[in-house]
Amino acid sequence: MPTTEGWWPLLFGRLSYDALPFYSAIATAAASVVVLGAITVVALITYLGRWRWLWREWLTSLDHKKIGIMYVVIAMVMLSRAVVEGSMMRAQQAIALDNPGYLEPEHFAQLFSTHGSIMIFFMAMPFLTGIINFALPMQIGAREVSFPLLNSISLWLTAGGAGLMMVSLVIGKFSTGGWSGYPPYTDAAFNPGVGPDYWIFAVTLSSLASTMTGINIAVTIYKKRCGGMSPFRMPLFCWTSLCTSVLMIFALPPLTVATGLLALDRYVGTHFFTNDGGGNMMNFANLFWLFGHPEVYILILPAFGVYSQVISNFSSKILYGYDSLIIATMCIAVLSFTVWVHHFFTMGQSADLNAVFGIATMTIGIPTGVKIFDWILTMAWGRVRFTVPMIYSLAFMVLFTVGGLTGILLANPAIDFQVHNSVFLVAHFHNMLIPGLLYGMIAAYTYWFPKAFGFRLDEWWGRVACGCWITGFCLAFLPLYPLGLMGMPRRTQEFFEPAYLPYTIVAGVGALFLLAALASLVTQLVVSIRRREELAVPGGDPWNGRTLEWAIPCPAPEYNFAVLPIVDSRDAFHAYKEKGTAYLDHRFYSDIEMPKNSMTGVVFGIALAAASFGFVWHIWWLAVLGVLVAIAAPVARSFVLDTTRIIPAEEVRRDHEAWLARLRKLPPADRAVETTPQNRGLAEAAAA
Amino acid sequence: MSTAARNRHPGINLGNTDPHTHAQAEETLFGFWVFLMSDLVLFALLFATYASMIGATDGGPGPKDVFELSSAAIETGVLLLSSLTMGMASIAMKYKEHPTRLYGWLGVTLLLGLVFLGLEAHDFVKMASEGATPQRSGWLSSFYALVSTHGLHVLAGCIWLTISIIQLAVFGLRSEVKLRIMRLSLFWHLLDVVWIFIFSVVYLGGLA
Repeated sequence: MPTTEGWWPLLFGRLSYDALPFYSAIATAAASVVVLGAITVVALITYLGRWRWLWREWLTSLDHKKIGIMYVVIAMVMLSRAVVEGSMMRAQQAIALDNPGYLEPEHFAQLFSTHGSIMIFFMAMPFLTGIINFALPMQIGAREVSFPLLNSISLWLTAGGAGLMMVSLVIGKFSTGGWSGYPPYTDAAFNPGVGPDYWIFAVTLSSLASTMTGINIAVTIYKKRCGGMSPFRMPLFCWTSLCTSVLMIFALPPLTVATGLLALDRYVGTHFFTNDGGGNMMNFANLFWLFGHPEVYILILPAFGVYSQVISNFSSKILYGYDSLIIATMCIAVLSFTVWVHHFFTMGQSADLNAVFGIATMTIGIPTGVKIFDWILTMAWGRVRFTVPMIYSLAFMVLFTVGGLTGILLANPAIDFQVHNSVFLVAHFHNMLIPGLLYGMIAAYTYWFPKAFGFRLDEWWGRVACGCWITGFCLAFLPLYPLGLMGMPRRTQEFFEPAYLPYTIVAGVGALFLLAALASLVTQLVVSIRRREELAVPGGDPWNGRTLEWAIPCPAPEYNFAVLPIVDSRDAFHAYKEKGTAYLDHRFYSDIEMPKNSMTGVVFGIALAAASFGFVWHIWWLAVLGVLVAIAAPVARSFVLDTTRIIPAEEVRRDHEAWLARLRKLPPADRAVETTPQNRGLAEAAAA
Repeated sequence: MSTAARNRHPGINLGNTDPHTHAQAEETLFGFWVFLMSDLVLFALLFATYASMIGATDGGPGPKDVFELSSAAIETGVLLLSSLTMGMASIAMKYKEHPTRLYGWLGVTLLLGLVFLGLEAHDFVKMASEGATPQRSGWLSSFYALVSTHGLHVLAGCIWLTISIIQLAVFGLRSEVKLRIMRLSLFWHLLDVVWIFIFSVVYLGGLA
């Protein structure tokens, strides 16, 4: 085909038939899965006639709970892809002794790049953003976030970035530069293809989305708390969310600058990070890790908040050391900006500088240690129930401590020089992020699922998944510690040292468990949907909860609270139940003003994703058009003044009273039957 | 004094002149301040990149070869003046002076913004014609990135000003329009602050 002359490049840029993944059977299969998956979803929605419903109830919704749920859906889809990719790499390494295996080196490099980029930007970030979006406004007694439309725009930017990642599987090849995309390797001189461009644009969309989310969540916490909810009465999850959003506000701009300048190098021919022309790639390393290190805490702090809620809830005790947990969280947030150089101890700065950053890094261990002790003391002398979220929390406490210790080792520059770029590092950060982030997010998903959909998740399959995640993690990653000490480099597609093999085989078996864990999560969801009548908890309080979100029905109404609560203590709902004031009839109801749906976010996100695709393939008309539409959408929206609708007080009263009437007929559930169908969401404590 | 008169956010408050909008302003304006803070981080990093690349001229032109103090000084004057007129617009809006005043001040601000952009574009074209293009050296790359990011912000501000003038004409002084002009004014003043740093660090520093 003539792809370099005539009308073709004007219309399609550098896109050609070569971009299709027929160069390898595995790439073809992966692309087919994506295409077939997309076709199946579209066909299913069409068959069920649900397009209008999807558009009105979900895609254009500005309801913080629905936006949160959509974030989690994105996270789970991307989690599935990235877990499969990780398992493929483990399988390769399990057979890679003197053997090129089944993955070409180039393909292997694409896999570790997409695996890392997806897990950070399109699994972890959407997951925690979704959970915060869903739970936080209810916990502080609010009906909405501060900027509902901005929230939708963030969601659709994230969706656009995730979409770009999926498209890169089908059209063209992704970057081989790892999740951190270091130039000069990713500069045009060495990598003229589309790979690094896909990486740049997908990551930038996610970065912009997260910056706006940070602003939105921080302002919501500052300005939308209900009466009496002073800062030191907020649930701990709100505090960790606040720290995470402040980190997002300050730490995402460095990423935007890094990817933006790299894009200029590639598209305009500037010399920021090139080898020649006065460029300096150390600027990229500094910018990237100025984002990258706070990012670690952006990821982990919300999970700390979830663990705090879960451990307190399932130990039936008020959180031990609440103030110290807040101070520790704040310390971590501040210190996270002082340690970024430890990501490149070996890149040529002086030993003195390394020493400063090494010591700062070790200091972070102190507030983190404080937290672990607080959680242990919360459980002490409590009535601990081993539900699924609690099992994840316990596994986290043990495994995270192990990972933290290896972090202290790595913080020492002298040791770092020995193990840098080895799989020891791979073991360390998976040890922090799987127990630290993923377990926390799945615990949160299990804990708050009933609040979203009105029924609990199946307990047995939850435990199976939990067991597989824990076993899988231990088998897949703990062997990498000795492997790293033996000198195995990370990102190795083939090796020639027989001593590595037993460990890589164990890690490969671990990957099978991780796949089984993923399958168990899917099974759990299917089984739970089938058993939804049995598992329903209309009372709204399946876990004998302590915070405000459990004071309202399951699923939560659009406006969350029929009447905005007024609180006078920490763990407000628990206090209501103690005083017997949990389920009162309100005397007065008022009209509630809620945001109307808007398609601005959808248009904005899709337009920028399309523009990104245009930039990646040099389809300039698409790039310009996408940017113009993305500018026009919010401008057009600013001419719409009728952006809210009123839910009449009478309707609110009717729904609330109907719920209360139903609630009073429910059998109160003792905690011994918490995980059985006898639990209808009314806790015994409240009924007594 | 009623509670409405209390200042709810930094900057010009509507206070008693429009208690209804004043109450709404607290959350909206606070959010915008937070956004500005994030935007400032972006500029801080571009400044840091620029600072680390002073001297990375790769044998090409340096600051003394391409900068003209007179031109940068005029640009500074124009932008500072536009901040003053924007302030006058905010006051005209707050005290509900005759609508033509508000239109006038916003119009003058827009005009000054456009003049600034024209002067800056003229500088860039002249520099490029002398071989000082962004592709020439790392130092020039970082110069263009920093200064044109500021320029793009001013351009965004000009588009926003135009839309505000149109919305004033279409909707009149509604709460929504007022809140937007209040945020626009913060944005505009911030660009002024950033420019003062650019003038001091890039131009004065480069020519010193």
